[in-house]
Amino acid sequence: MAKLKDLAKMEDRLVAGHGMCLGCGIPLIFKVVLRATEDPLVIANATGCLEVCTTIFPRTAWNVTWVHSAFENAASTIAGVEAMYKALKRRGKIPKDKTIKFLGTGGDGGTYDIGLQALSGTMERGHDVVYLCYDNNAYANTGGQRSSATPLGASATTSPAGTQSPGKLQWRKDLTKILTAHNIPYVAQASPTRWQDLYNKAKKAFEVEGPAFLNVLCLCPTEWKYEESKGVELAKIAVDTCVWPLYEVENGKYKLNYKPKEKKSILEWIKPQGRFRHLFREEYAWVLEEFQKKVDEEWEELQRLSSL
Amino acid sequence: MKKETWKELTIGTINLEAGNSVQNLTGTWRSGHKPEFIEEHCIQCFFCWLYCPHFAILVEGDEVKGIDYDYCTGCGMCAEECPSKEKSIVMVKEEVKLAEGGTE
Ligand code: SF4
Ligand code: SF4
Repeated sequence: MAKLKDLAKMEDRLVAGHGMCLGCGIPLIFKVVLRATEDPLVIANATGCLEVCTTIFPRTAWNVTWVHSAFENAASTIAGVEAMYKALKRRGKIPKDKTIKFLGTGGDGGTYDIGLQALSGTMERGHDVVYLCYDNNAYANTGGQRSSATPLGASATTSPAGTQSPGKLQWRKDLTKILTAHNIPYVAQASPTRWQDLYNKAKKAFEVEGPAFLNVLCLCPTEWKYEESKGVELAKIAVDTCVWPLYEVENGKYKLNYKPKEKKSILEWIKPQGRFRHLFREEYAWVLEEFQKKVDEEWEELQRLSSL
Repeated sequence: MKKETWKELTIGTINLEAGNSVQNLTGTWRSGHKPEFIEEHCIQCFFCWLYCPHFAILVEGDEVKGIDYDYCTGCGMCAEECPSKEKSIVMVKEEVKLAEGGTE
């Protein structure tokens, strides 16, 4: 089992001086994930918070080869790099015993929405890459527009809450399930505050032959509007309320990685966050009810799938 | 610092200086609170290292040694998550000094 002390000794592949917000969850994810392989790594990054904040001209916070092309095609970009690597290996221009790993990444905007087509293609073609989505539930880099990962009832700039609207009206898209339906060798959902679980999943994702997908919940004090020092607790609550269950699907087989001793009410997740504040008005009580009902249904289904 | 323009860009906008963002001292935008490390209380669990978004926990060998104020933005996550019986990291108010004579 990995120890934090030992991980801390490894070289940082993402370094200090990046411009991410106070309390941002993205570095917490990458600090762990980038240590899950010791092989050289190439990263393709979709437009988004991570991309913008780590490459403020004329500097870069990356210690590895890193490419940005556009919002919608991080998955295609990394697929192209991987295909080139294979071709060069075939021609003997890269030694047979040299292994390079490939990681595509984007936020929920660049993954659930804009990059979905490219991601689907990359997975379906079977490229040997890992794709990681850091899901902070909004287009945070451009001022907090709703995405298809934004939760029901959250106020976003394009789904604002007010007297006529309780915020976003739709239930979030289940991207992990969509990727599972690609029948790839490895799909997992994780959280940075369960670092051991995240580390194990990233390790599996890098080791597996063929495509792997990780969907990781990402703290965002700026758009979720909570006190930034309390982020870790909040991410734990997401898991304990089953709003963000931790599970993996290995070659089609579901496995729950964590079952809360006592499933908490979604109110514990909703209350600390300003984006949900309006939901405590009487007229929006139905949203809270609907939210709990949907979480319960999804949790039931996940338990059923992992007991098969 | 002289501002570079597109004329100085490499073709393909390739940046060959990996990790040169360390020249951006994010500590200059600290919140008005800063963490203080109390070594005697520390149980060396490394949670502060894990949860610091700005890579501002100083580690030497096997030990957490303190805070790197060049990069610490004062978010308070390290202090919040420090589990030692008596906190080994506490947030203290910091007088905010405005930069004199411009930003560079
Ligand atoms: S307050 Fe703590 S966690 Fe936040 S940037 Fe400073 S050292 Fe890191
Ligand atoms: S979290 Fe606290 S006890 Fe743990 S290593 Fe950091 S300062 Fe020490």
